[in-house]
Amino acid sequence: MPETWLDQLIYMIILVLKILLIVVPLILTVAYYTYMERKVIGYMQIRRGPNRIGPLGLAQPFADVFKLLLKEIVLPENANKFLFVLAPILSLAPAFAAWVVIPFDDWAVLADIDAGLLYLLAMSSLGVYGLIIAGWASNSKYAFLGALRSTAQMVSYEIAMGFALVGVLILSGTLNLSEIVLAQQGGVLDWFWLPLLPLFVIYIISGLAETNRAPFDVAEGESEIVAGFHVEYAGSGFAVFFLAEYANMILISALTALMFTGGWLSPFEGIPVLGDTILGEGSIIWFLSKTVFFMFLFLWFRATFPRYRYDQIMRLGWKVLVPITIVWVMVAAVLSVFGLVVRGS
Amino acid sequence: MNAITRYLKSLLLIELGQGLMVTLRYFFRPKFTINYPEEKTPKSNRFRGLHALRRYPNGEERCIACKLCEAVCPALAITIDSTQRDDGTRRTTRYEIDLFKCIYCGFCEESCPVDSIVETDILEYHFENRGEHIMTKEKLLAIGDRFEESIAENRRQDAAYR
Repeated sequence: MPETWLDQLIYMIILVLKILLIVVPLILTVAYYTYMERKVIGYMQIRRGPNRIGPLGLAQPFADVFKLLLKEIVLPENANKFLFVLAPILSLAPAFAAWVVIPFDDWAVLADIDAGLLYLLAMSSLGVYGLIIAGWASNSKYAFLGALRSTAQMVSYEIAMGFALVGVLILSGTLNLSEIVLAQQGGVLDWFWLPLLPLFVIYIISGLAETNRAPFDVAEGESEIVAGFHVEYAGSGFAVFFLAEYANMILISALTALMFTGGWLSPFEGIPVLGDTILGEGSIIWFLSKTVFFMFLFLWFRATFPRYRYDQIMRLGWKVLVPITIVWVMVAAVLSVFGLVVRGS
Repeated sequence: MNAITRYLKSLLLIELGQGLMVTLRYFFRPKFTINYPEEKTPKSNRFRGLHALRRYPNGEERCIACKLCEAVCPALAITIDSTQRDDGTRRTTRYEIDLFKCIYCGFCEESCPVDSIVETDILEYHFENRGEHIMTKEKLLAIGDRFEESIAENRRQDAAYR
């Protein structure tokens, strides 16, 4: 611990710089994720997507952001003003805060805490309060309906998601994210996606549901309840919700990369010729490319699947995903006890 | 048995995977989009766009004020006044088309015995002031003069099928 106030000040400044080093690229990624979404979905519908603003439309995200920020903030007459303003912040803060425990590389993690996984679960659960408060404070029936739907949905899928992570927990034997990644050392086949294949798929599915993305986007349900919980938000309030949603998607993608596909580890590790070159070494590039792959999956699913009906979502969550996860958690326990999956081999 | 295969299919997400493959295939397809201001779709030589009044090669206007177009116009968009000129021929003093009324059906062009009123292939035009949507005789003749070449070419290509 630093002694003098000067040491403390320097410590604080370095800490803030580290935080900025994570948050600024994250916000830029969110901006370009929206661009990527429009491009990918456009391409899948045999369109070109945005290509007017800047070369290849690359300035489009900034045009969108400035448009939103310059718009008037409308406060509904009968809304609870304080909560109405608080809600977007409440949904954004956990989405960003969760990044503190994400290890980008062996050495690149802001807070290497032992209960990282629990912290993540806590943060991703906190995000739902932003939605509830937004829906309630708006004093609009559509917003309220959207908030109710998303609350029920997120609470149900959190269980499946938690169980999927319990599988990871059993195999790795730790809650520390860096150690979870290190427990997967040894090439593609040693990553947890293979022994935990059903949990891997279920984690992605409940990740979609957690972030209220298509095909589980009944919370927004454009064609039914306009925009759901954020229907009364305009301008920067809406922008913050948008930011939170996309930050959450990126977070889920990063988590999938960490828990199931070996984080920063190289897929060529342990393969004779390739594994000895630079390709065999783990680096942040691998982590980022895995994350981008899962981010692409989100968009791919949105371009492919129609929206689930509300009761179907509940049926899928409770009657299909939760039982499968429970069974596979037991299988994982058996695998672990009899040494069929060896940690960090 | 059937029920079991169906159950397995949905549990193993087989059909969802097939759906994903469809969108992935489309992802790599060449795109249909035309980048409009830079690229344009080809137009038919029968395209019915903005109107024009044509002249004979010697500069005499074709229109003889027979008023067939005014009579046939289903939207009542054409207004014609006529008079006798000093050389004894009948000519229009006023030939106006209200573009807000016009439905671009092309009947005026079909009915014209002297191929005077035509619809050109111009489709990019706009009005900035109230009243500009009334195409007066002068404006129509000016369009005809300016685009005579392309108008004549389009008529020539289509002549065999009329």
